[in-house]
Amino acid sequence: MEKKKITFKINGVEKTVEVAPNKTLLWLIREELKLKGTKKACERGDCGLCTVLLNGEPVKSCLVLAVEVDGSEIVTVEGLSRDGELTELQKAFIEHGALQCGFCTPAFLIVGHWLINRNPRPSKEEVVEALNGLLCRCTGYRPIIEAILSVSKAKK
Amino acid sequence: MKYVGKPIQRIDAYEKVTGFAEYAGDLELPGMLYAKLLLSPYAHARIRSIDISNALKIQGVVTIATGEDFPFRVGLYVNDRYILARKKVRWIGEPVAAVVAEDLETAEEAVELIRVEYDPLPPVLDVRDALKHDAPLVHEELGEYAHSPAFNPIPGTNIANRFVVKKGNIEDGFRKSDVIVENEFFMPQVSHVPMEPHVCIGQYLKDGSIKLWTSAQSPFAIRYILGYSLGIPLHKISVYVPYVGGGFGGKAGINFEPLVALLSKKAGYRPVKLELTREEQFMTAPVRQGFYGKIKTGVTRDGRIMAKKIFYAFDAGAYADYGVNIGRAAGYSCTGPYYVPNLEGESLTVYTNHPWGTAFRGFGHFEFLWAIERQMEIVAAEIGMDPVEFRLKNALLPGLTTATGEKLREDAGRVDQCIRAVAEKIGWGTPPVKISSSKVRAKGIAALWKAPAMPPNAASAAIIKLNEDGTILLSVGVTEIGQGTVTALAQIVAEELSVPVEKIKVVPFRHTDLTPYSWQTVASRNLFMEGRAVIRAARDAKEQILDIASQVLRTPKDDLVIEDEKVYVKGRPEWSIYLKDLAAGYVYPDGNTIGGPIIGRGYYVGSRLTYLDPETGQGYPALKWTFGAQAVEIELDEETGEVKILKIVSAFDVGKAVNPLLVEGQIIGGGVQSLSLGMWEEYRYDENGKMLNPNLTDYKIARAGDIPEEYEIVVIENPQKDGPYGARGVAELAMLSVPPAVANAIFHATGININNLPLTFENIWRALNKGE
Repeated sequence: MEKKKITFKINGVEKTVEVAPNKTLLWLIREELKLKGTKKACERGDCGLCTVLLNGEPVKSCLVLAVEVDGSEIVTVEGLSRDGELTELQKAFIEHGALQCGFCTPAFLIVGHWLINRNPRPSKEEVVEALNGLLCRCTGYRPIIEAILSVSKAKK
Repeated sequence: MKYVGKPIQRIDAYEKVTGFAEYAGDLELPGMLYAKLLLSPYAHARIRSIDISNALKIQGVVTIATGEDFPFRVGLYVNDRYILARKKVRWIGEPVAAVVAEDLETAEEAVELIRVEYDPLPPVLDVRDALKHDAPLVHEELGEYAHSPAFNPIPGTNIANRFVVKKGNIEDGFRKSDVIVENEFFMPQVSHVPMEPHVCIGQYLKDGSIKLWTSAQSPFAIRYILGYSLGIPLHKISVYVPYVGGGFGGKAGINFEPLVALLSKKAGYRPVKLELTREEQFMTAPVRQGFYGKIKTGVTRDGRIMAKKIFYAFDAGAYADYGVNIGRAAGYSCTGPYYVPNLEGESLTVYTNHPWGTAFRGFGHFEFLWAIERQMEIVAAEIGMDPVEFRLKNALLPGLTTATGEKLREDAGRVDQCIRAVAEKIGWGTPPVKISSSKVRAKGIAALWKAPAMPPNAASAAIIKLNEDGTILLSVGVTEIGQGTVTALAQIVAEELSVPVEKIKVVPFRHTDLTPYSWQTVASRNLFMEGRAVIRAARDAKEQILDIASQVLRTPKDDLVIEDEKVYVKGRPEWSIYLKDLAAGYVYPDGNTIGGPIIGRGYYVGSRLTYLDPETGQGYPALKWTFGAQAVEIELDEETGEVKILKIVSAFDVGKAVNPLLVEGQIIGGGVQSLSLGMWEEYRYDENGKMLNPNLTDYKIARAGDIPEEYEIVVIENPQKDGPYGARGVAELAMLSVPPAVANAIFHATGININNLPLTFENIWRALNKGE
């Protein structure tokens, strides 16, 4: 398959790569760019663990073709903290025990950051709605919901 | 205490929130190849021929293996599994061939070109059918399989293990009963659904050694089984385990590790990676066994259980190398947390042509407690007694004997306190409330218990190294699968050596060449057993530190104290020396040096555990029993069968919460998993045994919107004297007995007993409308 050249920004860094038209954004992130924080767990949009921000909006990267992101801006979990300093939400996840095995944590953090940025004081219902596309098998979700709400309260 | 008992943050959290935590699927090795499996489309069939010639022609295919390439059987307790199917396939999803290629796409393309001819055989698709005398045999050669002496397979049948327990005189017990109640219970197979599907990389080296990188719970079990089955000495096998993205038992035992190692050999010694897709995770990775139970209870009018006849049959699926121990564990715990003076229990692990079963958080207890706790409710209703009172009256308290004749130790946990706690918090004692023409609110309660199901010689060990700057490295074999044990172990080191937790690193990976032995990361045994080993290692290190400090400070050892990273003379804190100055030998001003690197070492095995008598099941299987209880309040729509869970209350006697934040995390996470399994999850099959819902659209697990509005936790701490700081395990326990609490609430709301899981709205609706 003929590869197409695409240019995009990921975690603030501009990249140009050649990619086959049948490859997904998830493949681009994990296999081409070697950013392994974004997880692959179903590849059909059920679990949401591959969620990244594409031009500021959360997308399931297994459902987006890599060639579509030409000219776009992508943020993955590796791009959330700056110079090793954790964000308020990352700290809240740790304080509230919002992670166990950690495999889903990057996706929940991506969606959590998106929500707080868009809606600094979400209600519990809005948090639940935002998280409902993501699966976690360890935490029972409550500590994650509480972590996000605690950051929103802190912003008041 | 400064560190134990505090809600300290997870020591692995930073890596996990930044995306840098390493999982096996993230690893890439030089020259790595990719494997893809061809799965059986038949539940039971003879393999007549396999034609790989067209697949081999694809450019980029390195090799293709079939069962005939690997004439080795593997298994944890019973060697019943070939590495790829040989001669016969036993479930739809069994790996029949594996393609190894330069890249995954090529492997996927080639696998489609393999042609297999099968002669279909009649499958056994129900555990009860499998027990019929004329049932097709899943394993004709059962009698040839090597197995641990703790198990009793019956050749010529589908019974992989028969466990029997007998206590008292059952005829006598039923004679003295006023009321006898008998019921049947059922639950389907389910998936662990770890967020990280199984993944492993294997490399076979020319010198006959093997290297593995895998998402496994138990690296030492893998090393041992591989060594035994392939005849390779253990020092030539190394198993590396980074963080595991959820295990829940499914990654215990041994899974695809032998396959990737042998594929590497066939592929010219290059590393081979196998990463299951989610569909493959459902179809070909092991599952939780299905369950059928029949319980006959004899009880007096005033609510004393006099006798129980118990029959459990576990639907092990095609292989039972781990499943046999689940049946055994359910057998010796079969009564639930109640005193039963006269008992006959039989627990079978039965082969069928379903996907193969393995350990799953709860290890048989989730299954049989569904039966026991439903039966308790039904019996209480029969004699007109309050079900909480009925449970309390029969509670297994210290001093009473278990099914296996073990007198419960005086410092055992207290199930009565757990039951009372959840009853109080849920507001037990009020009748169901109609809140509209179709909606009713009701409450339900269920109790639970479990001990680690492990061989009496299951061992743990720990190594503590003092670094040159006084920081500490702890090395343990328990893998970090999300449960957080290593954080609690770091707290124990901190407490024992009086060093802040942030100066302690627990080695974040397991490598069998470097890591001290641990039998397995299963059974909620590791805080207890690694915890004891860590305490001993810390005390060993302490002795070494004091030996040197005693010379330097010219004071006998018993007059020295270790505190705040220093050793000092009792009552004379100014006569002190920093730990860091002793860590690698103490150097006098003139250069003379005494001592050397401090390395503490400790181990732990359970005391006086025994094998169980093969005829009567009597003996001492349990390191510790953890007790608990769950209560729920539900809102049931009687028109639609819809159930909303308003509140869950969980109480556990954990002995000591070494880290309350982690304990709460286990309890909520386990409770929601329990709810999910009970309400929605099941393997659905067509009439040929093909799974109909191998994806996360059709196999529903709990989402954020499904959790109860309220969740209350009661942590009870009756310390067990030989536990680390009194602690018992809780992780598995957390996911027991939520489904029977929900079904008991439905019973109180409607008078209708539902004895089959899952409690989907449809199944509830059908039960409510039976006969209409």
